[in-house]
Amino acid sequence: MQNQTDILSTAQKVSPFGGDLEGASGDMIINIGPQHPSTHGVLQLVVTLNGETIKKVEPHLGFIHRSIEKMCESLTYRQFIYVTSRMDYLSSHINNHGCALCVEKGMQIEVPERAKVIRVLMDELTRIASHELWWGAMAMDLGAFTPFFLSFRERETITDIMEDTCGARLTMNYIVPGGVMAELHPDFQKKVKAFIKLFREKADQYNELVTGNIIFQSRMKNVGVLSKEDAISYGCTGPTARGSGVNCDIRKLYPYEVYDKLKFDEVIETGCDSFSRYLVRVKEMYQSISIIEQLIDNIPEGDFQAKTKAVLKLPKGEFYTRVETARGELGVYIVSEGATTPYRIKFRSPGFSNLSALNHMAKGGKIGDLVAMMGTLDLVIPDIDR
Amino acid sequence: MWSLGNITHSIDGWLNQTFSPALALLIEFVIVGTMAISLFAVLGLVLVFMERKVSAYMQIRVGPNRVGPKGMFQTFADTIKLLLKEGLTPTGSDKFLFNLAPVIAIISAMLLLAPIAFAKDFQMWDLNIGVLYVSAISSVAVISILMAGWSSNNKYSLLGAMRSGAQIVSYELSAGLSILAIVVLVGSLKMSDIVASQETGWWLFKGHIPALIAFVTFIIAATAETNRAPFDLAEAESELTAGFHTEYSGMRFALFFLAEYVNIFIVCAIGATLFLGGWMPFHIGQWTAFNHVMDFIPSSLWFFGKTFFLIFLIMWFRWTFPRLRIDQLLNLEWKYLLPISMFNLLLATAIAIMGWHF
Repeated sequence: MQNQTDILSTAQKVSPFGGDLEGASGDMIINIGPQHPSTHGVLQLVVTLNGETIKKVEPHLGFIHRSIEKMCESLTYRQFIYVTSRMDYLSSHINNHGCALCVEKGMQIEVPERAKVIRVLMDELTRIASHELWWGAMAMDLGAFTPFFLSFRERETITDIMEDTCGARLTMNYIVPGGVMAELHPDFQKKVKAFIKLFREKADQYNELVTGNIIFQSRMKNVGVLSKEDAISYGCTGPTARGSGVNCDIRKLYPYEVYDKLKFDEVIETGCDSFSRYLVRVKEMYQSISIIEQLIDNIPEGDFQAKTKAVLKLPKGEFYTRVETARGELGVYIVSEGATTPYRIKFRSPGFSNLSALNHMAKGGKIGDLVAMMGTLDLVIPDIDR
Repeated sequence: MWSLGNITHSIDGWLNQTFSPALALLIEFVIVGTMAISLFAVLGLVLVFMERKVSAYMQIRVGPNRVGPKGMFQTFADTIKLLLKEGLTPTGSDKFLFNLAPVIAIISAMLLLAPIAFAKDFQMWDLNIGVLYVSAISSVAVISILMAGWSSNNKYSLLGAMRSGAQIVSYELSAGLSILAIVVLVGSLKMSDIVASQETGWWLFKGHIPALIAFVTFIIAATAETNRAPFDLAEAESELTAGFHTEYSGMRFALFFLAEYVNIFIVCAIGATLFLGGWMPFHIGQWTAFNHVMDFIPSSLWFFGKTFFLIFLIMWFRWTFPRLRIDQLLNLEWKYLLPISMFNLLLATAIAIMGWHF
C-alpha cells in the first residue's frame, strides 16, 4: 500500500500535467487567462480538456470588478451616468444613454427632438465602432492579423468624429439628463458623410477578405451551436441571441428616442452557430449606416438640452429602462428613496448572460473553437464584472 | 562572364597549389562553415526585417522606421536585445532537454543549407541524394519542437508541441510526394542535375499538369512544415499564447525564431530549385536574343529572386489567412493533399515514361 502511494506521487511529479492529472481519465485542466491574448481582458477560463477536446469551461470572474453599482449609489443622478462609461467601454455612449433615459423617466423630463436625434446618431456610430473593433479582434482570434489593422482605420475615423464633438474618444460622457452636453461640432455632418463613404467602400472588400474566406467559414460554421431555446433560457441578448433566431432587438421591441420613426431591419440569422452570430454583427453595421444616413441630413433645429433643475431628485419608486448596446440588452434599474443619490442601482449587462452560454456551446469542441466562440460572443470583461 | 563559380574555382586552385590537399580541404571546410554561419545570421536579419515590412504594408502601416535608414537596423537592435536578455529556465522543466531543444532546431536548419545550389557552381555539398537528404533532415526539426514542448513543463507548450508533431509528420508526406513528382521527371535526386534539367525551361512550365499540382501541394506543405500561418497551430497566439516556445526567453527564443526563418528560406529555396529552375535564367524556347539578355543577369540573382518571391508568397499567406483548426488541418492533409499528390505522382510517372513533357 505504502509502495503504491509512492509510485502514484512520483508519477504525478514526473507527469507534465502536474497535479492536475485527474485519476485515470487523463483530463487536463488548463487555465486560459486571466492574462491571455484571446480573453480580451482579464477573464479566467478553467478549461477541462481531453486532448484537444473541451469537456468543460468554467469562467471565473471578478478580476476587474470595480463595484460600479455601489459607486453609483454614492453619486448624484447627474454624476453616476459617467461611471457607466467604464462598464462596456466599447459602447460607453449607449451605456450613458440607458442611464440618462432612466433618470429622465423618473424625473419626467421631455428631451428636445434635436437631442434625441443626436443621441441616436452617436449610438449608431458607437455601435459601428464597437462592431469594427469586434470584427478585427474576431479575425485575430482566428489567426488573421491584418483585419485588425484594417478595421481600426474605420474605427479611428469614428473616434475622430467623437473627439470633435464630445472631446473624448472612448469614454465620451456626452449625455446629460435632458439631452446632450454640447452642440455638435460644425464639421460633424461632413465628417460622418465622409465616413459613410469610406465604410461602404471598404466593407465589401472586408467581406471578400474575411467573410468569404473558406478557412474562415469552415472555422465558424457549425461551431458553437446555441439553439433558440438555449439562447432564451441562458438569457442571451443582442447579436448573440439574434444569431440563434431570437427576436430581441430593444430598438424594435421597446423603441426609445426616435427609433420608432426610423426604417431599419432587425438582423436575425437562424444558423445558430458562430457564423450566424458573425453575420448578424456584420449586417448590423450596414443597418447602423442606413440609420445614420436617414438622420444625418434631418437633424432638427432647436435646443440640444432640456432645461432641468440643478439638483435632480428622483421621486420615490423604482425605475427601469433598457437600451440596445452593441452587445445586447442593457437594463438600468434604479430604486429611489427620493434623495439626490440613488438608493440602489442594478445594471443588467448583456455580456454576463452571454458568457453564461459559453460552457454549453464549447462542450465537445476544440480549443480553437473556444477562441472562435468567445470572439463571436463579443465579450467585454469590464461589462461582465462591472 | 562574371560568376561566383569562377571565384570558388580560383580559390580552390590557389589553396591546392599552396598547401597540401588535406590542409587545403580543411581550410575550405572552415571557409564554407564560416560562410554558412554568416549566411544564417544575415538571413535571419533580412527575413525578419522583410516580414515586418511586408506585414506593415499589408496592414496600412509603415513598419520599423526609426533605427537606421528606413528602419533597416531594427532587427540588429532586436538581436542585441535578445542577446542581452536573461534566458530563464522554468523550475519544473527538464533542464537538459529544455536547453538542447533550440540547439537542435538551429542545427537541423543549418544542415539543410548544405545541398542548396545558390548559384552556378556554387554549392556546399552536391551529394547524389540531395532531395532525399533535405526531406530527411527537415524531419529532425520536429524533434526539437516536441522536446521543447515536453521539457517546458507547461501545458500550452505541450499542446503546441503535440499539434506540431501531428502536423509536421503529416505534411511531410505530401511535401515528399510532390518533390518526388519532379524527381521522377528529372530522373535524379541530385540538386545539380535537377537544376541542369531545367535549362530549356522550368519544370513549372514544361512539366504539364503534374508539375503544377506538385507546386501547389509543395507550397501548402512547405507552409505547414515551417509552422507558418494558416498552419501556425503550434504557436497559435490566440489559443496557446506562444505554443511550444512559451517558456523560452532571450537567446534561446531567438534561436527558435531564427530557425523558423531559415527553414522558410530553405523550403523556398528547394521550391525554387525544383519548380522554378534554381539559378537557371528564364528562357523561352527559340528567342535567342531574349535568352541572352536573361543569361546576362547573374545566376545568384536568379536564385535569390525566385526564392524571395516564394518567401513573399508565404508571408502573404500569413498576413491574409485565418488559422485552420487542428482537425481541419489533418483532414486537409489526409483526405485531400495526400491522395491528390499520390495520384499526381502516378501522373508524373506516366508522363515521364511517355516522354510527354517538353
